[in-house]
Amino acid sequence: MKDIKKILEERILVLDGAMGTMLQRHKFTEEDFRGERFKEWPVPVQGNNDLLSITQPEAIKEVHRLYYEAGADIVETNTFSGTTIAMADYEMEELVYELNYQSAKIAKEVADEFTAKEPHKPRFVAGSIGPTNRTASMSPDVNDPGYRAVTFDELRIAYKQQTEALLDGGSDILLVETIFDTLNAKAALFAIEEVKDERNIEVPIMISGTITDASGRTLSGQTAEAFLISISHIPMLSVGFNCALGASQLTPHLEVLAKKANFGVSAHPNAGLPNAFGEYDETPEQMAEQIKEYMDKSLVNIIGGCCGTTPEHIKAISELAKNYKPRVVGIEV
Amino acid sequence: MSAKEQRKYLKLSGLEPMIVSAETNFINVGERTNVAGSRKFLRLVKEEKFDEALDIARHQVEGGAQVIDINMDDGLIDGKEAMVRFLNLIMAEPDIARVPIMIDSSKWDIIEAGLQVVQGKCVVNSISLKEGEAEFIAHAKKIKRYGAAVIVMAFDEVGQADNYERRLEISKRSYDVLVNKVNFPPEDIIFDLNIFPVATGMDEHRRNAIDFIEATRWVRENLPHCSVSGGVSNVSFSFRGNDRVREAMHSVFLYHAIKAGMNMGIVNPAMLEIYDDIPKELLDHVEDVILDRREDATERLLDLAESVKGTSKERIIDLSWREEPLQDRITRALVKGIDQYIVEDVEEARQAADKPIEVIEGNLMTGMNVVGDLFGSGKMFLPQVVKSARVMKKAVAHLLPYIEEEKRKNPELAQGNGSAGKVLMATVKGDVHDIGKNIVSVVLGCNNYDIVDMGVMVPPEKIIQTAIDEQVDIIGLSGLITPSLDEMVFLAKEMERRNFKVPLLIGGATTSKAHTAVKIDPQYQNAVVHVNDASRAVTVVGDLLNKRSSQKYVGDLKEDYEKFREGFLKRTKQKEYLTIEEARKNKYSIDWSSSEITKPNKLGVQVIEDLDLQKLEPFIDWTPFFRSWDLHGKYPAILTDEVVGEQATSLFKDAKELLQRVFDERLLGAKAIYGLFKANTVNDDDIEVEYSRTELFDEAQDRLNPSVDFENLKFRTLRQQLKKHAGKPNFALADFIAPKESEIQDYMGCFCVTTGFGTKELAEAFEADLDDYNSIMIKALADRLAEAFAEYLHKKVRKEDWGYASEEELTNNELIKESYKGIRPAPGYPACPDHLEKLTIWELLQVNERIGVELTEGLAMWPAASVSGYYFANPEARYFGLGKIKEDQVKDFAKRKNIDFEYAKKWLNPNLID
Repeated sequence: MKDIKKILEERILVLDGAMGTMLQRHKFTEEDFRGERFKEWPVPVQGNNDLLSITQPEAIKEVHRLYYEAGADIVETNTFSGTTIAMADYEMEELVYELNYQSAKIAKEVADEFTAKEPHKPRFVAGSIGPTNRTASMSPDVNDPGYRAVTFDELRIAYKQQTEALLDGGSDILLVETIFDTLNAKAALFAIEEVKDERNIEVPIMISGTITDASGRTLSGQTAEAFLISISHIPMLSVGFNCALGASQLTPHLEVLAKKANFGVSAHPNAGLPNAFGEYDETPEQMAEQIKEYMDKSLVNIIGGCCGTTPEHIKAISELAKNYKPRVVGIEV
Repeated sequence: MSAKEQRKYLKLSGLEPMIVSAETNFINVGERTNVAGSRKFLRLVKEEKFDEALDIARHQVEGGAQVIDINMDDGLIDGKEAMVRFLNLIMAEPDIARVPIMIDSSKWDIIEAGLQVVQGKCVVNSISLKEGEAEFIAHAKKIKRYGAAVIVMAFDEVGQADNYERRLEISKRSYDVLVNKVNFPPEDIIFDLNIFPVATGMDEHRRNAIDFIEATRWVRENLPHCSVSGGVSNVSFSFRGNDRVREAMHSVFLYHAIKAGMNMGIVNPAMLEIYDDIPKELLDHVEDVILDRREDATERLLDLAESVKGTSKERIIDLSWREEPLQDRITRALVKGIDQYIVEDVEEARQAADKPIEVIEGNLMTGMNVVGDLFGSGKMFLPQVVKSARVMKKAVAHLLPYIEEEKRKNPELAQGNGSAGKVLMATVKGDVHDIGKNIVSVVLGCNNYDIVDMGVMVPPEKIIQTAIDEQVDIIGLSGLITPSLDEMVFLAKEMERRNFKVPLLIGGATTSKAHTAVKIDPQYQNAVVHVNDASRAVTVVGDLLNKRSSQKYVGDLKEDYEKFREGFLKRTKQKEYLTIEEARKNKYSIDWSSSEITKPNKLGVQVIEDLDLQKLEPFIDWTPFFRSWDLHGKYPAILTDEVVGEQATSLFKDAKELLQRVFDERLLGAKAIYGLFKANTVNDDDIEVEYSRTELFDEAQDRLNPSVDFENLKFRTLRQQLKKHAGKPNFALADFIAPKESEIQDYMGCFCVTTGFGTKELAEAFEADLDDYNSIMIKALADRLAEAFAEYLHKKVRKEDWGYASEEELTNNELIKESYKGIRPAPGYPACPDHLEKLTIWELLQVNERIGVELTEGLAMWPAASVSGYYFANPEARYFGLGKIKEDQVKDFAKRKNIDFEYAKKWLNPNLID
């Protein structure tokens, strides 16, 4: 298969859209989530989307298939919460390896189907590594700012386990995403480097932070450039932003990355901002219109969607991306 | 692309980016958050006053530090825990966390712990080839993986690079290893090429500066993308005490080093002359030294330095300064503390003014405002401010008769004297310590407040009455001993009952924000503020009396204290305590069958009258002396400290001068009394002292207090009750003495020393001469001498009178660090916070009768410069803190002592669990 780095120089790669939004359409019940195997599980598991890779693998594969059909080059594994830390809520720490392994495996199966059909357009699987539900550089207790609910080492160990399983399951890329606390991401990168070292392999890494509000900073307070500097010690395929904001609000921050980063730049924004009911109602056309600005300004190398986006959104984006050259990587500042 | 565009820059980040590019010129690293560099920071960390430690970090960032260096390497703190805790707290302060952090430690585990809690890109300070290549590579790999830049010291297996060739050799080798073997980004490498002093008089040091500069040039040209850093003040060490020369040396050195490519470093901006402003002759001489341009450069600079110094700043200033406009001269006199010309200048101002009061309100206040601003921004230090006050007082004294005259002539105009407000200051009942209070009074006085100083041991009713009579705007209370804390609580209650509205300031060594918030603040509806240093006092008082904003300020204060109180109470509740019986079961057990017990050579009581004070000089621990002047740092390093060194050196010189006078003219009286006795522990916590009345004071039987029952004297000790980790005992001092049932005869001692006789008279004489500076100085010196006497006496007892350590040979430093065998805990201090036990010592030794040291109502010693305590000789005896105790122990203690429970509770209150 052609090296993804080479492809990145030739065209804008398209990432998939939301998994959660697509799964909501199935309206899975507690029983559906449990399947046969977890019938007796002591705690409720509805809402544990990662679990569906084991109990409803066909539904997951179907989502991947729809995105590849819409034009995505890369789909993300269904493993956003696949760490012992995030799985503690469901008491499923023991299942972490299997969840990640299975998720990567089924995604890879779908990717292989498409690559076989369209060899000129190889499809890739990005192992999704989420932020967990704890932050390493902020205190959850306002009265005790020095307190931390999780340590670097706890995160590193959890991320390492997830990384190993994602690679064993066949992921081509690792995607550390929705980073609201750079220190969490550094722990993930540290773990990935350990695995690379131990296995003596190279793995393309994508990293994607989240700017949470209009101040233009991450939740842990960093500006886009400070975030970039903090994670630049690892050679990466791309750095970017996802989630939280819609495409237009993300533009100034992407501009910073596009100007300063020595790596590819990625963006997978939400379909606008959520409305009063928590739904995203930006249409594919509206979103594509805003993303056109990224392309006109040559800001990105990889483009996709986050919350609220569907195969229709990805189709609109991928049609658009075909007409543009990617941002040129490697200009030193 | 041109070569310039290809250059890779060192990029760091906190919450915001920091890029060291050609344009940034020079990055200044703040290092006040370094326990080795700042005594104050060390103390705050030790006392876990992290709020205030954060303030230091904040001030540095506000003051322009672009990176802050954090170091927690000190034997007495858990460096790793302190590093993590402090960094975690910094991360919650966006105004500090915006800059990158330099994690500074000689211990790898501390560095790694630090790297694990900072999200931004840090600098590790430092690694080197000192322990060999393997360790160097291992650490560099980790640092890279954590995403930090690194300072590499020019140090290898052989030693530190101290010439040009070695600097090149080590930096080249380090660079090659990092870039080729570790794949470390070259732009993330910062070399510290070792700045060493020049002009030391030794030939091998002549090239120290130029070698650094040339090595810097070589490194920047030959090791692509890396940076060069260093601590600049080292270069001028041999000119300590001559800041004009030092400042010029720093500027010249930096000028050339920056040109050669040094782009980062630790520089004290206050110790820097502007290169272009250096007089030609001095510049030439300094450049000769820095650049090693002449064989005789050092001698020539030394000669010139003598004349720069020797012709005295005043005379040089005389020419350039005495010609300046009047206001500038007055301001300068106040800022520099020069009282020589002030009367003359003030007289000139008076003749030009319509009314004499205008000179105070105009000319003098203009000058004092400059002093206030400089002090507030950390550019002036306390001793300087006190000297300014001396000038101010002289000026006002000259004007007063004219002002009185004016008042007589125009009584209707006599209202108001331009004062910013009236502050009552008092040391509370039972307490005699007033150095801190006097300093705050002087500093407030400088800032145009009227001070009503009521002195020491002031009863509460007198404070209340004076506050009413004088219509004061603020009341400030001070105290050093623990019973004073309750006095302050009582006063707050009284103020509430009497419907006072004025703010209450709390200060003194035993006071704390915690005690103020938990115990005092709830008693008084109006503002209560804990103020722990003189510079803060000015801003706090200013804010409290600001008519427009004080209401909000007081509201915020109240809220802050309430929050603090809640947080504090929440925290203390989590601790578990044992009953006194349980605690006794977990006592510290010494194996008495094998324990080393030495019978004292001289049992009984001895007195030393009029010791030659000069003998105490080597025993003086100077560090606390500087602290009493708000100068923080360890002696002698403080004398060359980047920030306070200049001031510390000048203060030290003044102190030595006064001390010499004290020695020569025998201005202070030193006396001691001490005794060694047979002793055994009974009933776990009591120490029975065996003593028959007939042995006592053969020569002075008639002076004894016949009511004392010497046969039955017992010291009552207190035992820790905090629930400990398994294996950790609950200590009481009684654990260090063999119990009676062991049938082993053991011994203990007690003592009282004083060097305080004469202090009060001297201080009053200085005050009468309007010289607060020396008035505070003599008290601070007397305190130091008393501590030195205690140390001297303890040594004599160990080596001679008791003789258990006759072989001991310790240096003064080791003494200060208390590296000797045996302890001398003092009642009122952590191991035995109970002041009541002083009464037992006083009875046993007949302290008052024999050497005249009295106990006040609050059980403070008078004269204040006195120290008393016990002697324990057991090698296993150690200092500990009692911590909090439960009421059951207080009941038991009251019973054992045969005193009223409420009375016991009153005295032990500060240690009682809430």
